[in-house]
Amino acid sequence: MSAVLSLSGATKRFGGLVAVNQLEFEVAEHEVLGLIGPNGSGKSTTLNLISGALPLTAGTISLRGSRISGLPPQDIARRGVARTFQLVKLLPSMSVLENVMAGAVFGHRRRWGEEAEAQAMAMLEKVGLARRAHAPVGELTYIDTKRVELARTLAGEPKVLLLDEWLAGLNPTELEQGIALIAALRDEGRTIILVEHVMDAIRSLCDRCVVMSSGSKIAEGTTADVLQDKAVIEAYLGADEDA
Amino acid sequence: MDIIFTGLLLGGTYALIALGLNLQYGMARIMNLANGETLVAGGFGAYWFWTGAQLSPLLTVFVVAPLAFAVNWLIYVVILRPLVKRAKSRGQLEVDTILTTFGLSFMAVGIMIALFGGDYFSYSYLATPVRFIGETYGLNRVVAFASAVLIGGALWLWLYRSKAGMAVRAIAVSPESARLVGINVPRISAMAFALGGAVTAAGGALVSTFLTLDASTGVMFTLKALIIVIMGGVGDIRGTVVAAVLLGILETFVATLIDPGLTLAAAYLLFVVILLVRPQGLFGRSQT
Amino acid sequence: MKGMDTKSLGLAGLVLLVAAGLPLVSDAYLLSIGVTIAMYTCLATSWALFSGPTHYISLATAAFFGIGTYTTGIGIEHLPYWMLLPIAGVLGAVVAALVGVATLRLSGVYFVIFTLGLAELIRQIITWGQNVSGAKGIYVLTSITEEHIYWQLLGLAALVFLGGFLIWRSRLGFAVRILGDDEDVARHAGIHTARVKVLLFMIPGAVAAITGAMLAPRYVYVEPSIAFTPMLSFQVVIMALLGGTGRLWGPVVGVIPFTLLWEAISGTFPNQTTLLLGLSFLVIVYLLPRGFVGLIEGGRARMRAGGAMA
Repeated sequence: MSAVLSLSGATKRFGGLVAVNQLEFEVAEHEVLGLIGPNGSGKSTTLNLISGALPLTAGTISLRGSRISGLPPQDIARRGVARTFQLVKLLPSMSVLENVMAGAVFGHRRRWGEEAEAQAMAMLEKVGLARRAHAPVGELTYIDTKRVELARTLAGEPKVLLLDEWLAGLNPTELEQGIALIAALRDEGRTIILVEHVMDAIRSLCDRCVVMSSGSKIAEGTTADVLQDKAVIEAYLGADEDA
Repeated sequence: MDIIFTGLLLGGTYALIALGLNLQYGMARIMNLANGETLVAGGFGAYWFWTGAQLSPLLTVFVVAPLAFAVNWLIYVVILRPLVKRAKSRGQLEVDTILTTFGLSFMAVGIMIALFGGDYFSYSYLATPVRFIGETYGLNRVVAFASAVLIGGALWLWLYRSKAGMAVRAIAVSPESARLVGINVPRISAMAFALGGAVTAAGGALVSTFLTLDASTGVMFTLKALIIVIMGGVGDIRGTVVAAVLLGILETFVATLIDPGLTLAAAYLLFVVILLVRPQGLFGRSQT
Repeated sequence: MKGMDTKSLGLAGLVLLVAAGLPLVSDAYLLSIGVTIAMYTCLATSWALFSGPTHYISLATAAFFGIGTYTTGIGIEHLPYWMLLPIAGVLGAVVAALVGVATLRLSGVYFVIFTLGLAELIRQIITWGQNVSGAKGIYVLTSITEEHIYWQLLGLAALVFLGGFLIWRSRLGFAVRILGDDEDVARHAGIHTARVKVLLFMIPGAVAAITGAMLAPRYVYVEPSIAFTPMLSFQVVIMALLGGTGRLWGPVVGVIPFTLLWEAISGTFPNQTTLLLGLSFLVIVYLLPRGFVGLIEGGRARMRAGGAMA
């Protein structure tokens, strides 16, 4: 197993608060890794560290053995890490197609002109949104905005895809479509890190899971094993009691 | 030694002006580019009362400050609040307020020119020398400095010892959380903005005792106040005072040893260094 | 190239040709207004290329303009005039790049403040230099006439339009539209946002400096207070925003009426020009947030909707 992405000793402090503490894990090629844990356990912060949205306090993150931590987000994106945002971020003045072209033109594999447009169309096809290509993004339904964002990250042919609660806020029908979509990406052999709360999605999509609680890794292993783990169950139940 | 004291005296008055701007930008979150015109208006008031009624500028402060408070309150409620309400993002509000307060600044200059003419104005008040450690200083500068310290001190006490002051500091840190603990954010913002205007106008009345002003010098003071606020840290009272004194000393240094025409250039140099090295301000905590 | 593009290029060429004919038919007064309009067209259009999509309000126009004026003023003694224009452009672009590197990573407020003081900063340094060296203003004596200046400005305006047209269709143009919409997305999509902003800011820097260099012969006598008038920066901002920055042709739509209005007001009530500037800012913010372009396109959209219903 060759690691595409590896974190070692990754730590993030905000003032006195340790949001991510000495985190270690690896993601193998073609693997879908679930990054799970109760609210506030540091999952999203971890994604922000990987994508470069936040700088690390200590530790390193490497992509295929070369260090990416310390680089600005645009350089990390160019090296092949693409992400979606927890709160969907689209480009409001542009059409659906242009939104996706942003990824095709400036991502890991860069294209321009008709080639970029064709790539963007292909990605829209993949997420099932080709017929809305020329619509302004303001007219889209919620799940369609998520599809656009996913297509944008795919358009640059990234080596690793970071999905930050991509399934959150969908209704049951949409959720089914969403899971099917990510399953299709998995079957293409993409490498994905999934921060997710939806248990059904985690069970059906993830090969392995890393479980975080209060900033630290408390378990790691195959999805079935991890979800049986005593410490994991406690962490989730404990969080439920607090809430 | 001479330079340091003169700079300190100048910096004290700068601090007062910059505190006014910091109340408006740091607390009420409005970058008021018409701040300098408030200062000039305060100066005009002092000039007018002195030449017309021989009223001491120190007493004029008590007339000018409440007046500026009222005018700035009105400006905030009538002109700026609609912008705060319609803004979809912080960036849009920023652009809108910059353009609007520039507009207000030009209108204020236009109105002052119409009322008082475009000439320089100055008057002689307490222009007697005082001796201190072998050097002489204008009494007016010393008195202005002392008054600035008094007003600044009162402001500090109010911000840090009174309930209303605490509410103002709370909205500076986080308007959203302030609302959750029951602070009337629109009201307090308006008050902070108006108070900022009052402090600046008071500073204007004091400055006019030893500097020559004219209707269009406001923008120079706005610039200096902005540089001080950014250098000291937005919303940071202590930083503002330190930065103002630093700027006062630097300006005096440059004016005395190189050329009085280069004071702004010197301020800018300091500004660039701050931007490159510590964009979060002298005492600001880094984002990372 | 799409059909629409060819059509707009053709139309622009036609307008240019008609405009170029002005000196042949007009008197001196009309020509001087023509020069002013051409000058502001260059300044406002290039200003909007950067400030429109990025929302960074630049008040550095006067600084770049003055740099250009002084390039001609100082250089005319030593170099042929035609060489001074590109030199001015390079100087303007370099200063813009320096300013950009220092401020464009930060929020818009810092940028506004910095550019606001830039003209004054350079003016103070030049004045100081003159005091030290004992020199006063500079005489710029050339055989260049008002007509020549007008044609040169028109040529520059054509270049700015062509450049804007090409940039709009380039990767750089796409990048700046993305970062204008959402800087976070731009960065995570792989766009080096700081570099894009600095590169784009060099355009108004270069254009304003060349404009200043072209106008220097008109002043005959150049001194710091003429070359670096802060008012110029504000007028350019107002004209560009009044016209609208959403389209390449937007700023011109603001330049023409505002120049005429300014001429009229400063002729009859010279003391009230600042009041006019102030009011214009408020009108833009409260009544015309998207400028005349927004008004025109809104009207067109309504007409289309009305037509569809009928």
